[in-house]
Parts: sequence; structure tokens; C-alpha cells
Amino acid sequence: MTLTTPETGARRAPADDPVLEIRNLSVDYGYDDDPVHVLRDVSLTLGRGEVLGLAGESGCGKSTLAYAATRLLPPPGLITGGEVLFTGRDGRKTDILRLDDQSLRESRWQDLAIVFQGAMNSLSPVYRIGRQIADGILAHRPGMSKADAMARAAEMLELVGISPDRLRSYPHQLSGGMRQRVMIAMALALEPQVLIMDEPTTALDVVMQRQIVEQIAELRDRLGFSVIFITHDVSLLIEIADRIAIMYAGEIVEDAASLDVYQRPRHPYSSALLHSFPPLRGPRRELTGIPGSPPDLAKLGGGCHFRDRCAFAWDACAALAPRLTAPDVADDDPRRTTACLRHEPERVAAAGFEAKPVPAELAG
Amino acid sequence: MRFFLRRGLFYVITFWAAVTINFFIPRIMPGDPVRALIARNQGRIPSEAEASLRILFGLDQDTTLWQQYLDYWALLFRGDLGISFTYFPTPVSDVIAQALPWTIGLVGIATILSFTIGTLLGTGIGWRRGTWADSLLPISTFFSAVPYFWLALIAITIFSVTLGWFPASGSYDRSLIPMWSWEFVGSVIYYGTLPALTIVISSISGWILGMRNMMVTVSSEDYVTVAQAKGLSERAVMFGYAARNAILPQVSSFALSLGFIVGGTLVMEIVFSYQGIGYLLFTAVAAKDYPLMQGIFLVITVAVLIANIVADIAYGILDPRTRQEG
Amino acid sequence: MTIDTSIVEESEELAKPSQAPMTGVVAARGRGGFGRRRAGGKPPKFLFMRNSKAVAGLVILAFFLLIAIIGPWIAPYDPSARSSDVLQPPSWQHLFGTTHLGQDVFSQIVVGTRGVIIVGFVAGILATAIGVIIGVTAGYIGGLGDETLSVLANVFLVIPQLPLIIIIAGQLPSVGGVTVAVVIAITGWAWGARVLRAQTLSLRKRDFVEAARANGESTWRIITVEILPNLTAIIASGFVGTVAFAVLSLITLSFIGIGNTGEWNWGTVLYQAQAQLALQRGAWWWFVPAGLCIALLGMALTLINFGIDEFVNPRLRSTGVNAKSLRKRGIRPRIGFTPVVRETDAPRTAIAPHLAEHTEPTDAARPADAARPADAAASAEAEASSPTSKGARA
Ligand SMILES: Nc1ncnc2c1ncn2[C@@H]1O[C@H](COP(=O)(O)OP(=O)(O)OP(=O)(O)O)[C@@H](O)[C@H]1O
Ligand SMILES: [Mg+2]
Repeated sequence: MTLTTPETGARRAPADDPVLEIRNLSVDYGYDDDPVHVLRDVSLTLGRGEVLGLAGESGCGKSTLAYAATRLLPPPGLITGGEVLFTGRDGRKTDILRLDDQSLRESRWQDLAIVFQGAMNSLSPVYRIGRQIADGILAHRPGMSKADAMARAAEMLELVGISPDRLRSYPHQLSGGMRQRVMIAMALALEPQVLIMDEPTTALDVVMQRQIVEQIAELRDRLGFSVIFITHDVSLLIEIADRIAIMYAGEIVEDAASLDVYQRPRHPYSSALLHSFPPLRGPRRELTGIPGSPPDLAKLGGGCHFRDRCAFAWDACAALAPRLTAPDVADDDPRRTTACLRHEPERVAAAGFEAKPVPAELAG
Repeated sequence: MRFFLRRGLFYVITFWAAVTINFFIPRIMPGDPVRALIARNQGRIPSEAEASLRILFGLDQDTTLWQQYLDYWALLFRGDLGISFTYFPTPVSDVIAQALPWTIGLVGIATILSFTIGTLLGTGIGWRRGTWADSLLPISTFFSAVPYFWLALIAITIFSVTLGWFPASGSYDRSLIPMWSWEFVGSVIYYGTLPALTIVISSISGWILGMRNMMVTVSSEDYVTVAQAKGLSERAVMFGYAARNAILPQVSSFALSLGFIVGGTLVMEIVFSYQGIGYLLFTAVAAKDYPLMQGIFLVITVAVLIANIVADIAYGILDPRTRQEG
Repeated sequence: MTIDTSIVEESEELAKPSQAPMTGVVAARGRGGFGRRRAGGKPPKFLFMRNSKAVAGLVILAFFLLIAIIGPWIAPYDPSARSSDVLQPPSWQHLFGTTHLGQDVFSQIVVGTRGVIIVGFVAGILATAIGVIIGVTAGYIGGLGDETLSVLANVFLVIPQLPLIIIIAGQLPSVGGVTVAVVIAITGWAWGARVLRAQTLSLRKRDFVEAARANGESTWRIITVEILPNLTAIIASGFVGTVAFAVLSLITLSFIGIGNTGEWNWGTVLYQAQAQLALQRGAWWWFVPAGLCIALLGMALTLINFGIDEFVNPRLRSTGVNAKSLRKRGIRPRIGFTPVVRETDAPRTAIAPHLAEHTEPTDAARPADAARPADAAASAEAEASSPTSKGARA
């Protein structure tokens, strides 16, 4: 394994030098009177040089989070609150959600680039890929000549392991994996500080998946950008991410260093999610699915949204919404957070419910 | 290459089908008015022309259908479409040749204008969905529902009869001699403006609506969002990515609806008494000049086929996927 | 063709195996693509009827159908009867004025509605039937038969229809309404056939059809039970489109003087007007009402088709609210620039305090909590009564 695993890579403290801070981001779908509140007060911080994994079941809002943070969410998406602070290399902070169109355009791709879920449709079928890489470069480097931009595009293709003479190919002449890598090359062309990758590997076979993940890890080490890596596949994240955030029904339920998530999950959902994937190494453990299915975001009530599927739920879960707090477990990394009432005994007691302790499975 | 071969073959088949339809129509129609006409003009029709008419309308019962068919093709290859009854004894081909440039000029220019402007407007409306631009939709729906010729009647009432800005009929000032002079060309443009404008207005809404819908569909494709994510200028995304892809179905529907548009614009010529193919067809129908009718149908079909081939080539240039080998 | 893609896409979505590993973490919840609204289990029928465009179109169409039926009885005059009121502008006696022979234009239009509707519907039904037979057969059998039928349909699409109709109708000895309808149907079936073929082709590959075939069900049964019901929307839209085309063709034919001028329809009214120099005489009432009726009927048919299109291709559906109310809320739906609307746009704390707050990660007051009410009981109440974010901001 040539991967930068959490053990070998230097652990970076996220909050000390954040490059992207998403705060209280709320997103609705629908402009009518009855919108679906897909994201509710989601906060997430990405440290400089960090690989942050974002995992969760399909439909929990991972893509929505990524698109909303970049203001790329298509209609009928609507950002109803929050801020997305980007910290430049010079330490200046800008709120992406408050930028005017022109500044947002300038900031895009240089500061923050994104690789979309299903890169299959991310390339326009009518232009050669060289042109599609180059036009992004030229939009931000007005002085640059077309030939230079093409040369840069060729360089980027080589970087992701595609022969530069593919510049003159059309997307339909490339395989799915190649298109995916073209997208990555395109996103890295301006050496952005943040790269968001929305399931860049789902459409690929396992070998290809591995290759791309390794490539990203290697490029990150070489170029030093930060990554938000979105996937269903928690085991993949444990390989490459420094930190993992677990999402459930439009909220972050756990946010911790990836080894911590892997070995010491604090949220029942994280634990269940982990147990539904085969572990990468070490002894095989029993795989169990998660009973039930995620709630319909259009019909969310109060309380904890996971309670119907949770083995540790009790009556407090129906009344109180858990908040992201430090786990109620001694000797835990103080920076990690989880949103489960089992870790909030004082609040549960204050609301007049019986406070229950953290179960042994979630305190290990 | 395969794309063009296939299309080429298709056009050959279509041409063959059009000719064959033309061959059979007079043969399956009850009664034979042409025979009656020949009989009435006994002696005035040159024998050679009469022979052509016999072949064109299947008056020779003693030859087999197959032989008639072969003779028919032979006639066509000689460019012999029979003689016109109304313009007796001018050959049909000469009559058509006189009228054709007028139609190609008027309908051609107006259709290209309408397609271009309509596509541009549709691009804008589709891109700015959910804004004031949407209020143009009901208007264009209305215009796409009215018959072309009725709009022509209204245009004449307003601009010729009431305001007197443009002439109500004709294609140039009759006191001028047709030649390449400024005066004559100016007159042609002056007389052509109102018909052209009417054609543009009545056919444009189809292009607007089609392009608008394609823009809306294409705008939700990932590559448009990616183009925005790259921070390209609004223009670059709208034209370079969204419109550039939305135009593909627009071009193929241009090819497909050409026949329909040409049909509509031909009637426009009737209203304006514009001396093109449409007006000619009208006079032929009124005078029951069957050879002329048949000839005009064939010529219109060929013209539409050629326009289709042009549209296909344009499509091939616009869409790299068609150029793919295999 | 927008119809086509969306259904193909949907089918792919349905057919796509869940991307989750075999453990079933990812519940089978469709991928709910962007820009698409879930139908939310509402029966499609009502969805269609809730489409205001479709309803408006159906109401207008119903009005004309009614006139077509009762027209001859409600017409105030015999449309062909002459009178001494020559070329009168509209008045209470003659709502749409009179012709050069003193005929009542209003009666001509009311009586003429029937001819228009009959030809439109007969041609529409015939052409749709031909289109369904050829399109579905081509799409279902595939191979050489498909190629042949497709070429046939495309040939008919490319050949200019109106001139073809004119030369056929022009050579018939007598041309009644139904003859015209048959001629229109023979030349106008190709569009529907083409769309149906594409659709059948994609349906044929779907699981349920494959399954039926594997079960050894008869081809006839598969087509009538499995395929045709799924083509309803497209058949309907093809039918409506053909009716519109047939009405236009009939009126155009009548206008250039082909067909039985003794039979009243809107086209013959226009023919008379044009032939009797209504334009030059300034008798606008002679040709304006007929044209408006054609436009209204055409609009109704177009609106119904819009409704069907939006029903089939949700991307075309308007976002559910009108542009005005969006503008009032400051929302401009755009690709690539998601609108940001802070309903309670209180000035947030400046950036500096956040920074200070953030250098102490152990601080209990993390941003996520800061936005929520501090009082747990109050929050519990609020959250139980309404979706969290609204409650929290209230
Ligand atoms: N246009 C829309 N209208 C209403 N709800 C929508 C719309 N688009 C998406 N959603 C809902 O938003 C939720 C979040 O979708 P999102 O695509 O962010 O999920 P995801 O976590 O990325 O899932 P996946 O892993 O499948 O990509 C889903 O429940 C989905 O049903
Ligand atoms: Mg996603």
C-alpha cells in the first residue's frame, strides 16, 4: 500500500488552519410554500492539506452539501442560510455565499474545484477534451496564450496518467475511467486549494477505483491541496481520508479522525454503517445491514431522525434533537464530535427525561 | 463516414419514393382529365409533347406498367416534365425555372432568418427560465398556432391597405425591366419585405419554443454545471456549452420540419401574389394544370431534400459523434 | 424527442443496480437526480389534470366540440343565404358582419366549426392508428423490418406534405371533407410513428417486457398489455399534434380553393374573403374571426400537448410558482448560481469573532449550536411541532 494512511501521514489539526468552513448551511428544494428542507444547519470544517471524507447513505444530502457549498446547486435548490468561508493562501476569508457573480466566477476553479458525481456527463460531448481543460485555464489566466493553455492541459493529462495525445479526443472516444481522470485533471489544472470530489469512483470497477484513489492521494501529497471526498464507501474513506464526517438525513452526525471513526465510532449510525462494509484489513467481522430505510426528507418530524432504526433509542430521542457535541467518553480526542443524545446526558436530564449512558459498543 | 453514407442512401431512397409517388398518383386517380385535355387540344399539341404527357399520366394502355415506369424515369432524366396547359405550349420545366429563383430567394432567406433569430431568442428564453422572458412563451404559442396565410392577410390589411407602407402584391415594380440594376434590386427588396417579414413572424415561434425546451433540458446536464464551476463567463457557458449542445436537436428538427414550413410559405406566396412556385402551384390547381402540379411537387421535394442534405452536413459538422468510425 | 430521452433516462435509473455493496445499506430509493421533483406517490392522472396549461387547452377544445355539435342549430342565419345587408361591419344583427352577398359571417363560422372538427378528428384518428401500427411494429420487431419501416416513415417526413396533399386532392374528381381527412392521414402519420418507434424500442429493453417475453407470453399480449399502456402519453400527444396539423391542412386546402366550397368551414370563409377582395375593401371582419378561431383551436391543442410534454418530461415543468412571486422573494432560478435567500437576514457576526471562537475548538459553543435556541425544553417543543430549521429560526 502506497497510500497515505492516517497512521503514516502527519495528522493535521483541522481547526487550526481551516481552508473551508461551512457554517450552519441550510438548503431547501422547491421554491413553493412547501419546500423540502434537505440540509439543516450543517457545519463542516476542512483543514488545509486535509482529506475529509463525507459518507452516508444514498439520499442523505452529501451531493447537496457539496453543490450548495459551491453555489452550484441547480433549481429548485435554494440556500436558505449559513455561510461558507474560504480562507485564501494569504489568510483572507471570503464568504462564498455572499460573493457577487463576478467575484464568484473568479474564485471558482482557482480556489475551489469540484469533480461531479458521475463524471460521465460532466464533459460536453461536442468539444475535444483539450479545449475543455484549456478554457477553464484561460478563463482565469487572461494573459495566457491558447498554446500555453493546451500545454498545461497536456501536462495535467499526463499527471493523471493519460497520454497527452488524447487532448484531441472527444469524450465519447474515452472510457469511463479515462473521463473520470480527465475530470480530475481538469479540476487540478489551476492548482486549486480545495478539491471536492463527489463519488469520483462509483461508476468504476474495483481496479480502476483503486488506481484513481491512489492517484488522488499521491497528487494531494505532491500538490498539497485539500480534498472533500464523498462516497458511500466508508472503507475506501478510511484508506485515504484524514478525517471523516458521517451524514444522515441532511445532518452531520459524527465528525472525527478517520481512525477514530473506524475503530471507535461514537454514533450508532456510524457504527452501523461501518458494520455494513467489509473491513479493508484485519480480521473479517460479521456484516450487518442497517434495518429500515432512511426517512423521507420531506416528512421529517422532530427529535433524532435515526431513532426508528437505532438500537439504542429511547423516549428522549423522539422529543429532543441531538446536537453535535464532544462524545461523552473519557480520553476521547476533544476535537471529535457526534450528535447523539447518549452523549448529552445533562441536556436529556434537563429536559426531564431519563438520561441513559453511552452503550459499551459506542464507548470502546 | 458511415453516418453520411447512411444519410446519402436515405436521400436516394427518398428521391426514388417521391418520384414513384408522383408516377402512381395520376394512375390511381379515377378518371383521366389529361386525356380529355389532350383530346380537346387535338392537333395543337406537338406530337413529341403528347408522347411525354402519355408517359407522365399513363395514358398508354398497351405498354406494361414496368415499361411505363422506365419511360417515366427516362423522361425525368431528360428534364422533361411535359408541357403546361396554362402556359401552353411552354414546357413545365421552363415555367418552373422561371418561378423557382423567386421562391428560393424569398422562402430561403426568410427561413434562414427565422431559424437564426428564433434560435437565438429561444436560447435566451431557455437560459433565463423563470424570469420575464417566460412571458414571451404565450405569444409565441399563439403565433405557432395561426396559419401562415392568415397572418399574411392581417399584414396586408395593416401595412398595405391601412398604412400603405408596402405593396400588397407582386414581387417587383412592373414598370421596371428585370435586370441587375440598383433600382430593380431595390424594388425586389421593397416588394419582398412584407412577405419575408410575415414568413419570419409566423415560423419563428416554432424555433423559439423548440430551442427554449432544448435549452431547459440541456441546462440540467452536468457539463453545463461543470462549465459554471470552471468560472467561465456567462456568455461562454450559455453559448459555448448550453446552446452549443441544444442546437443539435434544433438542427435535426430543422431538417424534419422543412417540408412543413415550405408548405406553409408556399401559401404565403398565394396571398401576396408573389411569382414563385407556390403561386404557380395555386394557378395550376385552379386551372387543373396537372403536368405543372406534378412537376412542381417534384421540384419542391428535390429542393427540400437538398435543404435536408445541407442540414445533415451541418449536423455532422456540429456533432463529432456522427463522425465516429464504425 | 425530449419525451424520448427522459423516459430512457428513467428506465436506466430504474434498471441501475443499487450502487451499494450487497449489504443493502443503500435502500432502494431511486437516485432522485437534481432538478427533478419526485412525483411523491400522487397518481399521475391528477398530476396531469393539475397542469393549468392542459386544463385550459381542454376547456377550449371542449367549447369548439360543443359548437361543432350544436352549431347548425344555434346559427342565427343560413350561412349561404344572401341578404341586402351587404358588407356590413359587426353589429347586433350580424355579430361578425356580412359578406359581399350579405351572408352572415358569424353563422358561417359557427356552422363551419363542424367541418373543421370532423376532418381534424377523423384525420387524427386515422393517422394515429397508422402511426401506432407502423411505429410500434418497427420498434418491437427490430432488425430489417424496423429499418424498412423507419425509412418509410422518414421518407414521408421529408416529403413536403402540403404539396403532396394538394396534388392528390387536386386530382380527385370530387373532394369532400372525409376524403380530405383520409388524404391528410395518409401523408401525416409519420411523425407519430417515428416517436412511437423510438419509445417502443426503449420499452422493449425494459425488465418487465423482457420478463414477459421470457414467460412466453404472446407478442400480441405483450404489445397490448405491456407496451401500449406505457405509450399512452405519446400516442395522445401524437394524436393532438396530428389533429392540429389536419386542421391547418384542411383550412389551407380550402383557402386555396381545393375541396368542396359548398361545405362551410373556416378555410372556405377565408377563401371567399380573399377571392372577393375583402382586404382591399377593408372588410376585416370577414377574415379576422375565422383566423382567430383557428388560432384559438390551435392554441388549445398546443397547450394540451405542452401539458403532456411536461407531464412526461418533468424538466420542462415550471418550478411550481410563477416568476412574479419568485422575484418578490429575490429568487432567480439559475444554473450554476444557486440563489441564497436568508428569510431572516439578520446581520451575522463579523468574521473576526468567529475566528476567535474557532481557535478554541474545545469551546462548547460550536457554530452548530450557536444557531439553535439555548433552552432545551423550548427547542424540544419547537422541533416537535415543525421541521427543525424553521423551528430553530422562529
Ligand atoms: N429537485 C429535488 N427536489 C426535492 N428533493 C430533492 C431534489 N433533488 C434531490 N432531492 C432530495 O435531496 C436529498 C439529498 O440528495 P443528494 O443528491 O444530496 O443525496 P446524496 O447523499 O448525494 O445521495 P447519493 O449518494 O445517492 O449521491 C435526497 O433525499 C433527494 O431525494
Ligand atoms: Mg450524491
